[in-house]
Amino acid sequence: MKVNFRHIQAAHCENGVTTNLLQHNGVSQMTEPLAFGIGSGLFYIHIPFLKINHGPAIAFRTLPGLIFKRTCKALDIPIASKTFSSIDSAENELTKVLAAGKPVGCQVGVYYLSYFPKEYRFHFNAHNLIVYGKEQDTYLISDPVMERVTTLSSFELNRVRFAKGALAPKGQLYYPRANKIITDDDIRRGIVSGIKRNVRDMLRIPGSFVGVSGIKGTGLKIKKWRDTLGLEKSKIYLAQLVRMQEEIGTGGGGFRFIYAAFLQQAHQYLPHDELLHISKQFTQAGDIWRQAAVQAAGIYKGRIEKQEEFNLMCDYLQQAAAVEKQAFLHLDKIKWKK
Amino acid sequence: MQAKDIPQDKSKLLNVTKEICYAIDENGQYTTALSSGWEIKTEALNVAWADINHRMAVAKQEVLAGKCSPIVYFMEWKLMDLAILASYTGLWQWQIKRHMKAKVFNKLPEKTIQKYATVFEVTTAQLKNMTVNEG
Repeated sequence: MKVNFRHIQAAHCENGVTTNLLQHNGVSQMTEPLAFGIGSGLFYIHIPFLKINHGPAIAFRTLPGLIFKRTCKALDIPIASKTFSSIDSAENELTKVLAAGKPVGCQVGVYYLSYFPKEYRFHFNAHNLIVYGKEQDTYLISDPVMERVTTLSSFELNRVRFAKGALAPKGQLYYPRANKIITDDDIRRGIVSGIKRNVRDMLRIPGSFVGVSGIKGTGLKIKKWRDTLGLEKSKIYLAQLVRMQEEIGTGGGGFRFIYAAFLQQAHQYLPHDELLHISKQFTQAGDIWRQAAVQAAGIYKGRIEKQEEFNLMCDYLQQAAAVEKQAFLHLDKIKWKK
Repeated sequence: MQAKDIPQDKSKLLNVTKEICYAIDENGQYTTALSSGWEIKTEALNVAWADINHRMAVAKQEVLAGKCSPIVYFMEWKLMDLAILASYTGLWQWQIKRHMKAKVFNKLPEKTIQKYATVFEVTTAQLKNMTVNEG
């Protein structure tokens, strides 16, 4: 069985799954930036004390699963989302939904994902892909970060659906329950609510590890890394920061460029000219993050190593935080017409 | 970032896929373009793998010196921490901590050794001797 399905490549897996599933279900307006913006995907968090792969736990996007859920909710599209206690029941449900002609979103772990190169396979469990068919023992897979569709054997798919560790997927699958025609007014409402929530997430969560103040907090920490961690460990930490920011799936600049693209697209629905101006601010923020990555690379390649270079790293992050803060404050001030 | 500035460096994704980047065109409009990779992040990934290889080498020395059991080495090899290994083996973390001692490991029943070998995708002989292809 095979669902008639169009694979569209995306920068980020969950954006891509959301866009492709919604397009398939009749929401022809959906694009990756719109899914990301309506789902309030932009974020920053540096979780204190927690270590991932022996480095800092930093994310530039919101929690896994939220972009799909929020975007569907904002557009009032009913969804099904299930986890399973056994591989058999998870596979049965998947085949059932496929037989009903629906492509299905699945949360998977990357470590055993056979079509990824070995170098990219860590125990990271928040990857998303779409299953759009099954032929004999082979599942047809649309992984949004890949240029082309691919396949997994049923053993391979079951294995990644039941990957273990933090954020274990537990076989989770999800899909929109029904086709729905979405009006441009629905999209407008989704954009406004997505922006408002993103302003709140980036500006109003207290503490120095989330949102704009989290970026500042990381900057201040980096300044101390050379003394507290030593040069070698600092290199590993900085490399981890850059990987979270630029590695496959961010669209570059820690998702800031996707958000800038979202604001341009939002302007086509809501002609507030401020949106275009603010879009430029996010482009600027993304550019600063890229410069910071180049600076970090200088350190982890061992080309530069003085404390001043760590201070400069900190300055880049303070700049990015300042630009993003201004941008979100501007977004907050827009008077949306009813 | 301007679309014309999207880096096209070599990466480990060569022959697998190119990835989408968002950037502005000459009119300031956002567009997407494919990138084959960026040297800066390839290098970041190399740093991560150099660290893993270093950890494996250290673990191997410690096992050979009798300071710990091969489980420690294979955890590094499979990029696992205690929590991940516990959930894949179905053992408790405190049990694994015990099995990480060479003395305890040497007395483990074959059944338990097999459990670890399955998770590490090696034979029990390979598990005991650390004879695996490290590539």
